[in-house]
Amino acid sequence: MTRTLAGADVARRINTDLPGAVVRSSGGDVWVELASITNVAEFLRDTEGLEFSFLSSITAVDYVEYFELVYHLTSLTRNQSIVLKAHCYGRDDLSAPSVCGVWRGADFQEREVWDLFGIRFDGHPNLKRILLWEGFPGHPLRKDFLGQDP
Amino acid sequence: MDFSETGILSFHGIYGIFALFLPGWLAYAVTCGVLAFIVINAMVMSTALYTWFERRMIGRFQARLGPNRWGPFGLLQPFADVIKLIVKEDTTPSTADKIVFAISPVILFAPTVLTIAIIPFGENTFLGRLNIGVLFLIGVTSVNTIAVLAAGWASRNKYAMLGSMRGVAMLCSYEVPMALAITGVVLIANSLSLYDVVQAQSVPFLIVQPLGFLVFMAAASAEMSRTPFDQIEAESELGAGYHTEYSGMKFAIFQLAEFMAPIVTSILAVVLFFGGTRGFDPIPGQLWFVIKVVLVLFGLLWIRATWPRLRIDQIMGFAWKGLFALAILNIFVIAIEVMLFQDGEGNITTRGMWTMAAVNWVITIAAIAIMVNVLGGKKLERPTPKPSPLANMYAEAD
Amino acid sequence: MTVKTEPVTINLGPQHPSTHGVFRLRVTFDGEVIVDVEPVLGYLHRGSEKLAEGRTYVQIVTLTDRMDYIASMSNNLAYVRAVEKIAGIEVPERAQYIRVISAELQRIASHLMATGFLLNDLGALATPLMYCFRERERILDLFEMLCGARITLSYMRPGGVFQDTPPEFWPALEEFIGNMPTYIDELERLISGNEIVLTRTRGVGLLNDVDAVDYSISGPMLRAAGVEWDLRKADPYEIYDRLDFDIPIGALGDTFDRYIVRIQEMRESIRIIRQCIDATPSGPIRAETPFFIRPPEGDAYAAVESPKGELGFYLVSDGGISPYRCHVRAPSFINITPLREMLLGWKMSDLIIIFGSIDIVLGEVDR
Repeated sequence: MTRTLAGADVARRINTDLPGAVVRSSGGDVWVELASITNVAEFLRDTEGLEFSFLSSITAVDYVEYFELVYHLTSLTRNQSIVLKAHCYGRDDLSAPSVCGVWRGADFQEREVWDLFGIRFDGHPNLKRILLWEGFPGHPLRKDFLGQDP
Repeated sequence: MDFSETGILSFHGIYGIFALFLPGWLAYAVTCGVLAFIVINAMVMSTALYTWFERRMIGRFQARLGPNRWGPFGLLQPFADVIKLIVKEDTTPSTADKIVFAISPVILFAPTVLTIAIIPFGENTFLGRLNIGVLFLIGVTSVNTIAVLAAGWASRNKYAMLGSMRGVAMLCSYEVPMALAITGVVLIANSLSLYDVVQAQSVPFLIVQPLGFLVFMAAASAEMSRTPFDQIEAESELGAGYHTEYSGMKFAIFQLAEFMAPIVTSILAVVLFFGGTRGFDPIPGQLWFVIKVVLVLFGLLWIRATWPRLRIDQIMGFAWKGLFALAILNIFVIAIEVMLFQDGEGNITTRGMWTMAAVNWVITIAAIAIMVNVLGGKKLERPTPKPSPLANMYAEAD
Repeated sequence: MTVKTEPVTINLGPQHPSTHGVFRLRVTFDGEVIVDVEPVLGYLHRGSEKLAEGRTYVQIVTLTDRMDYIASMSNNLAYVRAVEKIAGIEVPERAQYIRVISAELQRIASHLMATGFLLNDLGALATPLMYCFRERERILDLFEMLCGARITLSYMRPGGVFQDTPPEFWPALEEFIGNMPTYIDELERLISGNEIVLTRTRGVGLLNDVDAVDYSISGPMLRAAGVEWDLRKADPYEIYDRLDFDIPIGALGDTFDRYIVRIQEMRESIRIIRQCIDATPSGPIRAETPFFIRPPEGDAYAAVESPKGELGFYLVSDGGISPYRCHVRAPSFINITPLREMLLGWKMSDLIIIFGSIDIVLGEVDR
């Protein structure tokens, strides 16, 4: 069985190494500061006992007052999982640090989030729209996207 | 050209009939027209029949029926296809080189038909016994390289260009082993005339020089660009290769030439290696010829239906490293044997043939075994799969 | 003599025989050698994730059919498991067995397609493809017995499956399971030892284990790289923990390994189904669920091992009758991330088979 690590435990371990990075934790989720997400990701990947080498998925959710970035991480060597979350406030010109340097598997997924949510990832090597064409008006998975007249 | 000793369905025979009531020059021209009509139509009709045969057979190979709606057993399917292609719009890309684009199907089609003119069906040929038949064959079949290049170039299409570039490289390379393989035949027959080649086969050359036969068949199937050598078309990579931009009647002519190629190849193989019209007595020679051609066709078709294709560099490597060496070896061995067994008039006795066959089979098997181990040297033993240390799906909580 | 060459950019797709749908690759060739690749996706983008936000939890099942349309059952399973997780629905045991049987049948069908089209890409004039299709038809017949549909099945529901198996299903399944090993043997005799297949696939398109994990690769492609990771074992869902089966892995991570892993997985699937046939209990096939499922607020992520890899659904509920957000972790989409690195330096013919061996379905890539 893949074990879901307790968010509180992981949060404590992150906090000892990267103080101030964790916002809160509950269940199997850890909320971290948006700015420190790359450092946290590197920490989770490299630390003995965590070893989250596999990035299952990146996505975002539009909670209207903020966007929540959701990272599902799996450790293949220890068969455990954790969910990393970060809030991204605002509606226009959003940006978040890219984790492409930590897991190269983030490449297309971050492009997808940029395409559908309009969250720019700083440090992404090739941040272009992926499913829709360049110049498509708006970002369709936002709650305020109304579609376009044909 | 030697027109003597030919029957009624030959240049001389037909000319004789027309000369009775026409002036000489007109009879000559009319005869040429009639012969061209006969040769082209015989070829086109047999190609039509062959496409049906091939599609039905491949249907069987693929556990399905194949075309079976038009006419008995679907025999009219080729005609339906041709009608469909004729009534299709004939498009030419606006950026294409119009003239070259239009003539390249003809360039491909003409030499294929020309080869048929000198094949000794039965005791006669349409155009008499060309005493340099083999040279004519090698020369004429090389023309298709130009057609492929012209078609790919004129289409102004990158896929077509890639296909034709591959095609030129491949066709030129395989000319060499093919010509060398035929050289072995010429050495034993002591003549360049196809009729003499057939006459010399008291034992079919397939048995006398198996190595030559294998090289010839491999090179010939590359020449007609069918699997495993169909890099010119490579439909899963290039769409349709050099004739991507063609449609309508021009495309039909390409298809015709393409489907004619296996027939021509089979006929050549039968003439050069299977003893042409020779056979047992109650069955006439022509029938023997047809039976052998159909058998070779079936073999080619079998290969086409089952095998995947090689990559272009592997194809070129196979020609230059494999077939070329084998063909040279074949010529070398045959030359020595011919020196030993040939009598004063350049004939070899049946007994001599059998002795040569015995030696050649041993050499063939040995040569191929060595070649497989040298060329197929990349046949590495694969390591036994072992789980990577990067994952442990049985890991439990500590 | 030096030959001056000039790179040529070729547009492979969106209409191309070997792109398995509407995929486009902008490839720059130097002669036959690939110097640059840029995948262009989105030609089949239908906004499934957005559509899901306006449908009830049961209606979304039909949307999932149309993602990986080669393996609808696996999509259904992944989705209903996510709903069950977020809504806390217990699934009756019989339903779990039926789901596992149908998911494994779907895996065989999907791998048959992958193998057939790989051979087609190799240039084998559709003969191996036809053999694969012949067996796939039998699986589709079984699906037709189960739910009346053949491709877009919508067989599963949150809480179970939508109807019990008809009586003629079990003997037909027994017969299929009895015959399938010989069909796979036949396929292997046709393909596995073929010298041309070996020359074309061995050592081509290597992806080692370190890169595979780093690129979030999953499914047969990950296992071909030697990484022993299968959610059916690592995180057993349904009743997989009661079954005895092996996880085949490859040695090098080349195209040949990806092919052979799929063949072996088909054999393992047959083993699984055979065990399930004997063990399936009788009983209800669907838990009692309200007509409109209203899960409590929160989120849930559930993943299954689909034929293409880890297929996960991430659902966010606001307590309403439709999900607030439905994200699909599509294995086909993520598995093509390293495409550029895998293709550089290979020839055009290799491009086609490397791409074919990844086995993507465009419905899932673009969603």
